[in-house]
Amino acid sequence: MYYDKLIFEISTDNHVGYSLPQSNIKPHTLDNTFLRDDELYLPEVSEVEAVRHYTNVSFKNFGIEKGFYPLGSCTMKYNPKINQDISNNPAFHLHPNQSLNTAQGNLEIYYETQRILSELSGLDAFSLNPYAGAHGELVGLMIIKKYHADNKDTKRTKIIVPDSAHGTNPASASVAGFDAIEVKSNEDGTVKLKDLKAQLGDDTAGIMLTNPNTLGIFEKDIIEIAKLVHEAGGLLYYDGANLNPLLGKVRPGDMGFDIMHINLHKTFSTPHGGGGPGSGPVGVKAYLKDYLPNPQIVKEDDTYTLKTNDKAIGQISHFYGNFGVYIKAYTYLLTIGKEHFKHIGQNSVLNANYIKESLKDNYKLPIKAICKHEFVFDGLKDKSSGVTTLDIAKRLLDYDVHPPTIYFPLVFKESLMIEPPETESKAAIDNFISVMKQVAKEAKENPDLVKNAPHTTIVKRLDEASAARNPRVKYRDLL
Amino acid sequence: MSKIKEGLLYTNSHEWVKVEDDFAFIGITDYAQDSLGEIVFVELPEVDMTVEQDEELGAIESVKAASDILSPLTGTVLEVNDDLEDSPELLNEDPYENWILKLELEDKNELDELLKPGEYEDICE
Amino acid sequence: MFKYIPHTEAEIKEMLQVIGVKDIDDLFLEIPKKLKDFEFNVPHSHSELEIYQRFNELANKNQQLISFIGAGAYDHYTPSVIRHIIERQEFLTAYTPYQPEISQGTLQYIFEYQSIITELTNMYVANASMYDGATATAEAMFMATAKKKRQKILVSSTLNPNIKKVIETYAKYRDIQVDYIKEENGQTSIKDFTTKNSKDHAGVIVQSPNFYGIIEDLTPYRSVLDETKGLLIVNSDISTNSLLKPAGDFGADIAVGDAQALGVPLSYGGPYIGYIATTKKLMRKMPGRICGVTEDTDNKRSFVLTLQAREQHIRREKANSNICSNQSLLALLVTVYSAVMGKKGLKEAQQISINNTHYLYNKLIKLDTFEAVYDAEFFKDVVVKTTLDIVTLQQHLNKNGFTSGLHLGDYNKDQTQHLLFSATEKRTQAEIDAFIDCLEVL
Repeated sequence: MYYDKLIFEISTDNHVGYSLPQSNIKPHTLDNTFLRDDELYLPEVSEVEAVRHYTNVSFKNFGIEKGFYPLGSCTMKYNPKINQDISNNPAFHLHPNQSLNTAQGNLEIYYETQRILSELSGLDAFSLNPYAGAHGELVGLMIIKKYHADNKDTKRTKIIVPDSAHGTNPASASVAGFDAIEVKSNEDGTVKLKDLKAQLGDDTAGIMLTNPNTLGIFEKDIIEIAKLVHEAGGLLYYDGANLNPLLGKVRPGDMGFDIMHINLHKTFSTPHGGGGPGSGPVGVKAYLKDYLPNPQIVKEDDTYTLKTNDKAIGQISHFYGNFGVYIKAYTYLLTIGKEHFKHIGQNSVLNANYIKESLKDNYKLPIKAICKHEFVFDGLKDKSSGVTTLDIAKRLLDYDVHPPTIYFPLVFKESLMIEPPETESKAAIDNFISVMKQVAKEAKENPDLVKNAPHTTIVKRLDEASAARNPRVKYRDLL
Repeated sequence: MSKIKEGLLYTNSHEWVKVEDDFAFIGITDYAQDSLGEIVFVELPEVDMTVEQDEELGAIESVKAASDILSPLTGTVLEVNDDLEDSPELLNEDPYENWILKLELEDKNELDELLKPGEYEDICE
Repeated sequence: MFKYIPHTEAEIKEMLQVIGVKDIDDLFLEIPKKLKDFEFNVPHSHSELEIYQRFNELANKNQQLISFIGAGAYDHYTPSVIRHIIERQEFLTAYTPYQPEISQGTLQYIFEYQSIITELTNMYVANASMYDGATATAEAMFMATAKKKRQKILVSSTLNPNIKKVIETYAKYRDIQVDYIKEENGQTSIKDFTTKNSKDHAGVIVQSPNFYGIIEDLTPYRSVLDETKGLLIVNSDISTNSLLKPAGDFGADIAVGDAQALGVPLSYGGPYIGYIATTKKLMRKMPGRICGVTEDTDNKRSFVLTLQAREQHIRREKANSNICSNQSLLALLVTVYSAVMGKKGLKEAQQISINNTHYLYNKLIKLDTFEAVYDAEFFKDVVVKTTLDIVTLQQHLNKNGFTSGLHLGDYNKDQTQHLLFSATEKRTQAEIDAFIDCLEVL
């Protein structure tokens, strides 16, 4: 297939896809010893060849405007068009180092976005500098470490993480120089108070929690947990991955959390971009405000300015985070407005429970309680045909539905984690339900059809083992 | 049911040990290779490296999992099985035939702490 | 009910019936009552028209200036086709390519991106991208300290001060000691490097072209490091490697930096894109996503995320990096830029930037109020010293529609009268002349 080629494979010597102006400025020749002595090997294509190539490459992808993404813990909601239009406005595309009095509009966008996030989360200040959720976690943990160090409380080396947590949590704790301590959770993923109490001590730096947890269950003992952790001298970190169902309903700050991050690409509709760029603002209670990363953006009288705070954890980004992303989040926050935040929480929870109830006869539902934005099936209810969660995921592709998150959380063997955001219509959700029922039926009547799926995608199941054994990671490896 | 070989000693972390005089061959068990799935990479220790008992010797990676190799015994690495560099799948094919490294033992008393085949079988259940 | 939240009251009622509850608030009963009672002060819901009005108001508080600043964020030209391609919903709204059968588009461009990065750096393998050049450099430091099991790193003083600050932050929390190598005439002192390098150091981080725009001589490092088995980490704005000898040619173990200058808009500092590339030996120690080639069950060539056992979602607390995402859409941007500009265009954009910066420099130092600082070959950034008051100079230039240069006094108290200028291919001769005229009257 012509369009299955790589851009390198359609390259033709001396094709060009650009034009630059002529100039009368005398060329400067760099000292020869510094110059490359090999021929640079990059594609040579005309503009139309490039456009056609990447348009055809795009056809090999799924996207939110094509269909439903019930991906648990990922909040794949619709990305409004106006967000993109606003972020494209050249009036905001300034050089990050131009004088602050010529960038007051941009700084106001930063300041206002963090202010609205503070109001929505019940915290007192946010930094928008962190680039992604994981980056936000790292920043939050650095704040915990610096706070204890400033209090000369240096034996606090442990961060408690429930076993149902996202893998990033323990990884972030390690990278920030902590020991991650796993605590067992109850069957529904909530914290086992007895085990928590046993873990807490004068070496506890803090705890990282996702609430609702990865099983979609709200931690109803949260006030008690916060009290216990605080009494032990630890801080509470809120992983904002699952914030969506709580919008306008309940706030992490009120639950007792001291620090949190928000994934703007999840909860506030900036796109996922095929894996990034994201944005992971970090919020704190007032007593931790000075610890936020430098530079901090502050308002003095009516002017916005940058501040370097000696108490801060330090600088964690070259400039001020992903401005081009949080300008989209700000657009979205204004669009939703005071009137509609609670509808996001309500409708995402409604959708999840509706799907859960509609499919529980076909899929094994280990946790039957009312869930929040997501819930987990442990594979098919009837597993006698040997059809696995992976098979179900692959068969869904044939029905133009993106599969749910699979094999996570690790507490069940055949996890299928489903999160239907509030932007999905009832018709789209009903279609998903009927497709899931159909797949369950096929698994029973014609299991090989499911086990060999997908059948309609441009590629079939891949040999992942050989890819990892003998990695071929660039065009030259194919020559 | 995964295979357990007589005449070898075992660890809780699913390594096997075959003692010959003052040194021992070390590998991973059938249970270990089966739970990891298709093995794609073995990170081998460096020859002459000294290790304590239970210290990390290297790692084994499959497509969707990773597991550290913990040294069952204290000693010095004498030799590593280079075949695994290019063909990590040998561990899937025959985990008992394909040893990972050869260790010169420092303290043979440590052997008493290892599991007999029967004891190891209980762990795998 | 609302344009992004479709359900009507009737639909909600129907769905509640299936669930078996009466009211939508019954889905929140387990949440303690006292947590539900709060006030929040946020703006009202804005219609699209009101959104545009609000952002016009904000835009008017900005001043769009003709930029003569570089310093790690370059005002290069972005061909029109790029925006049209990266805004295709198939790219923009897609999730991470964990389901390869329906993500071949994302995976293919990541593979092309990795290929382009390895070509420009002459390294064996690149990952699918990092947040920015500064954090990528910090991750390179982690790779080195983990590989070598050493807790010290050498860093050249000529590294961009913002990258230094990020490295220092990352190092501090992992008890890594950062030792700086002195600079001499705006370049890393090889003598000081040789003296300080030891078996306790995991390696060295050196930037070329460095913060001052000066091209460093990278030849001496490899042999010095071989004596201590340390790693060579080279930080470069990757666009400069279209012309300059890349990290791989100097025996570097890790090449790292920002790829913003390959067509990524300034966007007030982000999103940009960090790259990291390394040797075959260190491949499995590299953080972040990597795409590889494989075959499907019909033996068709296909792409897949590979070497995932390195990553946080599998290694959890044992992972050497916690990074999950990549700057995927920016990797696409850089790939499309490299395709339409091609090897000729990439070089041409950089060569014109070199020409323009030299033209600007030669005019500046002819003014009575400016003088040269370093005597060395520079690329597209250059340092000059002025006798003028920095604030007056800045205000005067802004009033006339120009940025000033970056004031080095903000980073170094010994350089209070120093400014760092840059003129990319977007600057015309007329703009540069007008800029000089504007300075001449001061």
